[in-house]
Order: sequence, then C-alpha cells, then structure tokens
Amino acid sequence: MRESFYRWRKIKSGLVSALCLLCAVLVIAPLGLVFFHLLREGASAVNWSFFTNLPKPVGEIGGGMANAIVGTFELLGIAALIGVPTGVLGGVYLAEYGSVRVNWLLRFICDILNGVPSIIWGIVVYGLIVVPVKSFSALAGGVALGFIMIPLIVRMSEEVLLLVPNGYREAALALGIARWKMTLHIVLKTALKGLVTGVLLALARVAGETAPLLFTAFGNRFWNHNLHDPIAALPLQIFAYAISPYDDWHRQAWAGALVLVSMTFLVNVAVRFLTRSRSAALAK
Amino acid sequence: MITATASIPESAQERMVAPSRFGDVIFRWLTLVMAFSVLVLVILVGWQLWRNSSLAIHKFGFHFLNTSKWDPVAEEFGALPFIYGTLISSLIALVIAVPLSIATAVFLTELAPMWIRQPLVSLIEMLAAIPSVILGLWGVFVMVPFLRLAVFPWLKKTLGFLPLFTGPIYGVSMLAGGIIVAIMILPIITSVSREILRSVPDLQREAAYGLGATRWEVTRIAVLSYAKNGLFGAVVLGLGRALGETMAVTMVIGNTPQIVASLFAPGYTLASVIANEFTEATTDVYLSALFEVGLVLFGVTIAVNLIAQLLVKTFVNTSAGAVQ
Repeated sequence: MRESFYRWRKIKSGLVSALCLLCAVLVIAPLGLVFFHLLREGASAVNWSFFTNLPKPVGEIGGGMANAIVGTFELLGIAALIGVPTGVLGGVYLAEYGSVRVNWLLRFICDILNGVPSIIWGIVVYGLIVVPVKSFSALAGGVALGFIMIPLIVRMSEEVLLLVPNGYREAALALGIARWKMTLHIVLKTALKGLVTGVLLALARVAGETAPLLFTAFGNRFWNHNLHDPIAALPLQIFAYAISPYDDWHRQAWAGALVLVSMTFLVNVAVRFLTRSRSAALAK
Repeated sequence: MITATASIPESAQERMVAPSRFGDVIFRWLTLVMAFSVLVLVILVGWQLWRNSSLAIHKFGFHFLNTSKWDPVAEEFGALPFIYGTLISSLIALVIAVPLSIATAVFLTELAPMWIRQPLVSLIEMLAAIPSVILGLWGVFVMVPFLRLAVFPWLKKTLGFLPLFTGPIYGVSMLAGGIIVAIMILPIITSVSREILRSVPDLQREAAYGLGATRWEVTRIAVLSYAKNGLFGAVVLGLGRALGETMAVTMVIGNTPQIVASLFAPGYTLASVIANEFTEATTDVYLSALFEVGLVLFGVTIAVNLIAQLLVKTFVNTSAGAVQ
C-alpha cells in the first residue's frame, strides 16, 4: 500500500515534469514558426533591388524598400540623440547621487513608463509636435521613439553603473579629481561596454515599433532627407504592404519583415556576445 | 585633509578647488534634470491626452464609457465596444498564456537540466524581440488561415453548444486577436515568473525535500504556494502588456465595433481603433474622441502596471529579506 502510493507520487512528479517540458516547447513554438515562414516567404523576395530601389506603384512588379531602410536608420539616429544622453545621465543620477527614496520613485516611474502602450506615445507626440507644426515629420517620429527609449536606458544604465566597483570611485576621489570628472572619466569609461550594450538593445527594441510612427513619421513612398517632412520606415512599410490586397506587396512585406528581424536579431546576438565577454572579464 | 589645505596658499587653493566645485554642481543638476525627465514624461503624456480629449469629455461625459454607438458621421461616440474588445481579447490571452508561461518558468527554475536553461531563456528573449508588426504579418497570412480552415471548424463542431463558439467563421476574429496577444505576452510573463521563482529562498525547497517530498511536491508546496503573490504580479504585468498591444491585434481582430458573445466574430480594441482611425479623423470631435480612447487606455494600463509593479517588488524584497 505505502509502496504503491510512493510509486504513484513519483509517477505524478514525472508527469508534471513532462507537462512543464511540453509547455516550454509550446512557448518556443511560435518563434520557430514565425522564423520558418519568414525564411520561406521572405528569402525569395530579398534581392539586390530590394535594398537599392524605391517602392514601385501598384501593378508594377518589383521595387524595393531602400528609402524605408534608410528612413528607419534616420529615425533611430534622432531617437538616439534624444534618448541616449537623457537616459545615460539619468542613470548616472540614480547610480551616483540619488537617495534611496528618490531612486525608488524614479525606478518605479520608469517601469510604469515602460508599460505604456507604444500607440499612446504616437498620439502624444502627434499632439505635441505634429499639430503645432501642421505636418507629419521625421522629427516627430524620432522624438516618439526617443521618448520610448528614455526610461529603458535610464534603468539599464543605472544597473550597469552600479556594477563599477566602489574602489575605483574612491581611488579617483583620493587623488583629488572632481567628482564629475571622476564620473565621466572613471565610472562611465569603465562601464562603457555595458552602456553600449544597453543602448543597442534599446535601439533594437524601438527599431521594430510601428504604432508610434503611424501618426508621426507617417511613411513616405519616396526619398526624403528633410526632417520636417514625412519619412518612410521599415515597420510602417511592412504594415502598409501587409494590409494591402496585392500579392506582390505581400511578398515585399515578408521580405521587409525578414530584413527587420535579421537586423534586430543581429544586434541581440552581438550584444549577448559583448555581455558574455564582459561578465567573463569581471569574473577574472 | 585639514593640514593639507592649511599649508597651501590661499590663491592656489582657490585655483584647485573652486572650478571643480562649480563643475560638480552643474553636473549634479544636469543629471538630476535628466533623471526627473521621466516624471516630466508621465505628466506630459497625461496632460496631452487630457487637453486633446477635453472636447469629447465635455460633449459625451460619462456616456462615452457606457454607450456602444460609434458613428463618426453623426458624431456620436461611445467606446464600450472597444473596452469590451480590449478586455475580452486580453482575457483570452491570459487564459492561454498564464498556464503556459508559469509552467515554463517552473520548468526553467526547478526541473530543467542546467545545460538547457540558458539556451531556453535566450530563445524566449528572442521571441520577445520579434516586432509586433511582424507577428501581425505572420498572424494574417499563416495563423488566421490555419484557424479558419482547421481550428475554428473543429471548435464549432465539438464546443458549438456554447454561445462562445457559434456563428459564421471569418478567420479574423476576437479569438485570433486573443491568441496573437497571448503569443506576445508569453515572454514577459515567463521571464518575470522566472525571476519570482528564483527569488524563492532555497531553504523552502530544502525543508520540503527533507520531509521526503517528490520534485513536484516540492514545487507545489514549497515554491508555488510561497510565490503566489509574486506570480500574480507577473500575470497582472502580462495583462498590462496585453491591454496595450496594438499592431498585431489590429491586423487579425477584424476591426468591427460590436459586442457579441461569439469569439469567431470580429472585434475591435482601444489600441486598434486609434491605430486605424486616427489619420482618418476629419472632425475635431472625432479626433478628440480618439484621444479620449487613448486617455482611457493610458489610465487603465497605468493602474494595472502600478498594481503589478507593487506586487512583484514587494514579493522580491520580502523574500530577499527572508534569506537574510
């Protein structure tokens, strides 16, 4: 009796383990499926003209997304100009100056902001920039992405800066260096790799954002290098093509998606590589 | 320190100290301003949404939230179908994602062999890195046809006696929206639950093992019941993300403002009505109504995230205290 009960408990434990394994497989499954279809549908449409040509009008086969790819990088550039200095210096405040209470509050606000739906940023920047200027613009799109980056980078840079050993700070201060110079030359320099990692991750995250760009950058079928005019972006172009009724556009949407995912994943993998060597160096 | 400053002539001391103190003050204030910019951002968002939606707030008052007529031509706006759609699609997403995510988190912290844990975590992070619009693209061209041809007819045949699974099958539907949101919130619930389970003190597990419990019994008695508040926080955090999902949902939910029981029928969410109609809004009232939809969405996600963060943080702090 007792023996068989014990066996039943063992079997139950094994069953639940198997069930948990199954769930883990199911969680990973969408990743595999999305990748499989991206490669199958997208690979045939990614060719040289995709990277060099402008979109063709409806009905003409071919064309590319050159303007959208460049546009995405322009938007990321503007976003980085806003998000990186603000985020990193905000992180410096949390790591070097702030008190326990203030830090708790600011961290809390950052976490709340990270949960704000990205479409909200889109309409807020619409009200803030597009309405007064009376035009959709690359600038507005970049600002929307920059706003999303700020709380992300504040949190990440604080974490990275706290990893710098206090001995470094004390040694620098003992030599008579001003505190701000110590922060810039010793702390930020030591943490540089981690900061770059955090910034790249934040950029990869906003590079795929579509919702904040719908009413700010708006999209454009032509080249545009004027920051006050609407600009194309890869996610916007994918969205526009995906909901269109044309087969050739669907094919291009898959190609664009493949390119976008490859870009974000390359950054993610590179970052993983960077952090691995960093934690290995710290362990030494 | 005192003797050192005393031995330096007055002028030299000024040269050495004064400029750097000045730099310190400037730098400190600069970082302070940058850090408080996040507070400014919260206020900015709230203020913009409030200001731009004031027209609709004055015109419709509280009826905006409990009437279901959305008619841009007659300029009558009620957001109830969108609130309903957002709640139902998020609920479907939670029903699917919560068991899967928590079981995966248990697998990752309690059961899986060490060598497989890190690769699995990386894969889940990769799933989180897929942009919403790309998941939507996959949803439109792969998932929705599959659901329409295989899953929905089967559901209708086996569970058709429930009002949830009746009516015509279009493919794009509330259920499809819920499933795509589930996929989007799987990674966040999994990774937060994993953090929670990892912060359960090992003493808990050791005590249960010491009493002769099997692995599952240890997990159930010592880990899951200990961590239930934190896990609840992880679920609420997932809910917060689910409520605000935009692009993928917009592409598969069908975008029809209606309140019907059937999950096969198309729906509409707060986020997707903004995404779809914002650029088409021709009148001031229409635009203002859409801003109010945004205000509602913002308010709800802030509240949900606030609760979630408090639950998760309190749990992690108290269990860290228990270890000490």
